[in-house]
Amino acid sequence: MKDDKTVFGFWIFLMSDAIIFGALFATYAILHGNTFGGPGGKVLFDMPFAFAETIILLASTFTVGLAVMAVNSAKVKKALAWFAVTFVLGATFVTLEIGEFSRFIASGNGPQRSGFLSSYFALVGMHGLHVTLGLLWMVFIMIQVSRRGINKFNLSNLNSLGLFWHFLDIIWIFIFTIVYLMGAIGI
Amino acid sequence: MMSFIFGKLTLSAFEQSPTILAAVSFMGLVGLVVIILLTKHKRWGWLWREWLTTLDHKKIGMMYLVIALIMFFRGGVEALLMRGQQSISVGASTGFLSANHFDQLFSSHGVDMIFFVAMPLIFALFNLIIPLQIGSRDVAFPFLNAMSFWFFAAGAMVFNMSLILGHFAATGWVAYPPLSELAYSPGVGVDYWIWALQLAGVGTLLAGINFLVTIIKMRCPGMTLMKMPLFIWTALATNVMVVFAFPILTATLGLLFLDRFFGMHFFTAGFGGNAMMYVNLFWSWGHPEVYILIMPIFGIFSEVVATFSKKRLFGYASMVYATAAITLLSFTVWLHHFFTMGGGADLNAFFGIATMLIAVPTGVKIFNWIFTMYQGRVRFTLPMYWFFGFIATFTLGGVAGVMMAIPGIDYELHNSLFLVAHFHTMLIGGVMFGLFSGLYYWFPKYTGFKLSEAVGKWSFWCWLIGFFLAFGPLYILGFMGATRRLYHYSASTGWQPLFIVAGIGSLIIAAGFILQIAQMFISYRDRKKNIDLTGGDPWDARTLEWSIPSPVPEYNFAIIPEVHDRDPFWDAKQKGVMATAGRAYEDISVPKNTSIPILMGGLAFVFGFAIVWHIIWLVVAALLGGVTLLAWRLSSVDTERVIPASEVERMDSELRQKIAA
Repeated sequence: MKDDKTVFGFWIFLMSDAIIFGALFATYAILHGNTFGGPGGKVLFDMPFAFAETIILLASTFTVGLAVMAVNSAKVKKALAWFAVTFVLGATFVTLEIGEFSRFIASGNGPQRSGFLSSYFALVGMHGLHVTLGLLWMVFIMIQVSRRGINKFNLSNLNSLGLFWHFLDIIWIFIFTIVYLMGAIGI
Repeated sequence: MMSFIFGKLTLSAFEQSPTILAAVSFMGLVGLVVIILLTKHKRWGWLWREWLTTLDHKKIGMMYLVIALIMFFRGGVEALLMRGQQSISVGASTGFLSANHFDQLFSSHGVDMIFFVAMPLIFALFNLIIPLQIGSRDVAFPFLNAMSFWFFAAGAMVFNMSLILGHFAATGWVAYPPLSELAYSPGVGVDYWIWALQLAGVGTLLAGINFLVTIIKMRCPGMTLMKMPLFIWTALATNVMVVFAFPILTATLGLLFLDRFFGMHFFTAGFGGNAMMYVNLFWSWGHPEVYILIMPIFGIFSEVVATFSKKRLFGYASMVYATAAITLLSFTVWLHHFFTMGGGADLNAFFGIATMLIAVPTGVKIFNWIFTMYQGRVRFTLPMYWFFGFIATFTLGGVAGVMMAIPGIDYELHNSLFLVAHFHTMLIGGVMFGLFSGLYYWFPKYTGFKLSEAVGKWSFWCWLIGFFLAFGPLYILGFMGATRRLYHYSASTGWQPLFIVAGIGSLIIAAGFILQIAQMFISYRDRKKNIDLTGGDPWDARTLEWSIPSPVPEYNFAIIPEVHDRDPFWDAKQKGVMATAGRAYEDISVPKNTSIPILMGGLAFVFGFAIVWHIIWLVVAALLGGVTLLAWRLSSVDTERVIPASEVERMDSELRQKIAA
């Protein structure tokens, strides 16, 4: 009964989080042409790189799914192992993203360069921030599970983390499509 | 080094104008008196244990009320200052306020009244009433509920800090860029605005999620959606709007912060920023926000009118559909706040028509309340007085709103005092009158005695007459071309007499407010005389909250009721069978007190203050503290306390014996 409420509440939270991303997507849609003489997405984006990021994040959503399945059949070791794999994939994704951001900034195309780059950094950066928070949450929950096992207190927490991770993956698919793919063909 | 430790904060931040110094000294004095009283009566431990660390939704609701009352006082003083200034700042005289101070006043008055008065009053009622009306012992997430409150309180304190250190935004409560950008507002005023709203907004969002889940998941057996009291329906609609609208505000404030802090270009005038993007985002939140404020009022009146007419609410189903329609439409009209953007005739026509459409479901509600009274036994109690005041005022304001929904007329009236008069008619005549009605109606539930009707009626007449004197002239002035936010005007305009009438009106409203405070003291003094002899049902009411003793015990319902009717308590009284009859007592688990929410609120305040003044180390420290507290909470397992069934039975029978005696 209690878990029922928590997971439902978490769904509602995710919907409100989706609205935040919706506002950022709308901002990007309005500002993406405002390059103010600076480079646009077509020049800046490295498609194979973005594709690699996508594959890594998609793989992590698969592994977190396996982890949550293990949680729900009470297999602690298996769950921890899959969470560890997810963590490595997620951390790789964040590292790649930070690398991309610093390349842009180093070439003088930081978020202060134009309205387009401001909205790009805000949207993609917000997603990256979410993934980072998800990683912190994962570390916390892995410590808890390895010390106390799976119990009624952390079960809904584990399920919510799974939902959060899938949610971030869906957001990324939109980012990959709207920012990178459409940017590369110059829409 | 100094700038590392103190950020932008220097001693000059303490320099304030005499009016603000007076306000701060007054606040300090009141604070001092409270501290002395608490120490003298040795009440600190009581305050901490019973109130500050509580997770009880009823006490949290009352704490919302206290903050709202204090902030209402602040907002009222600001209104009086502005009315005073506009009454005399004409021709050679420039009044008693500086232009910059006047600008801060109208900005903070708007922020204060919407975020720190109307919103907490609404969430106070949600906390006090929702669980009782749906027959539940608690909200879905008691801990989150306390967090919401303390985040809101932190926002209010950040807002009040601007009186003591530095200054507030001088941009109007909407803070449109490019004016609110760093280039034109280089001080900390806009930052105070951003973070006061951001913290309070996060609190509201969390509360919205909480009440949405509470209403969906925690109704007592038998209460299907179409058997919910209408207040619950409107609360559900309100929280749906909160959950969908407040994230937009969070995002928008975040982007404005990025512009100001990191020099980015979302809304700047150069570098490819787009200021109209801000205006669109702001009102995508802002218009639903208007309905977030008024929707619960529709619920309150549906309860009040039905109870005091001793009749079932007329047209329940149409009320539900009207509520749903307004919820949907509220997201489709935001552009009417800026028809003058120049989006073209087609765009303006769409939003104009969508706006007028809202008048249809609203009209349905007005007629339903009137038909509820028709052939009923109407009792002219205080809550009904406010209803009558509301129905006249609100309809008038609504008609003015439909006028302005016509883009052509709006071009003429945009940013004029006509607009100011219109939304004050909705917010005072609609929201505040409704909240007063609800507070008077539910007051005995929490205290066990009624408020004095005589003083209350005096205050009502002051409010109603004062309101029309204060805002009637503004409608006329708007037609005469007076724009809003005027610090000074020429004598040749001939506006001064009307401004003086408006000033007198505001004084009469102030008298109404003072009478309300007096009413509380008088009623408390005479509480023996005003005592509710029925022990829980002073109005002969219809819904579940009146079936339990007043003041409400910690666990709300000793036995969870089962309902079979839309007005379950009325139904039970008619049949003479209580909804709980024949059912056994059970163990009840209630959440234990915890100091984490108030500590979290303290850290949120520190965070807000530090980021306003760019004290980076303190920002980082507050964030780390927050993460630590959260981890602490997530690791605690011992969070509930069980009241055994026998104990519940003992307390319950004691209460019932007291009532019988």
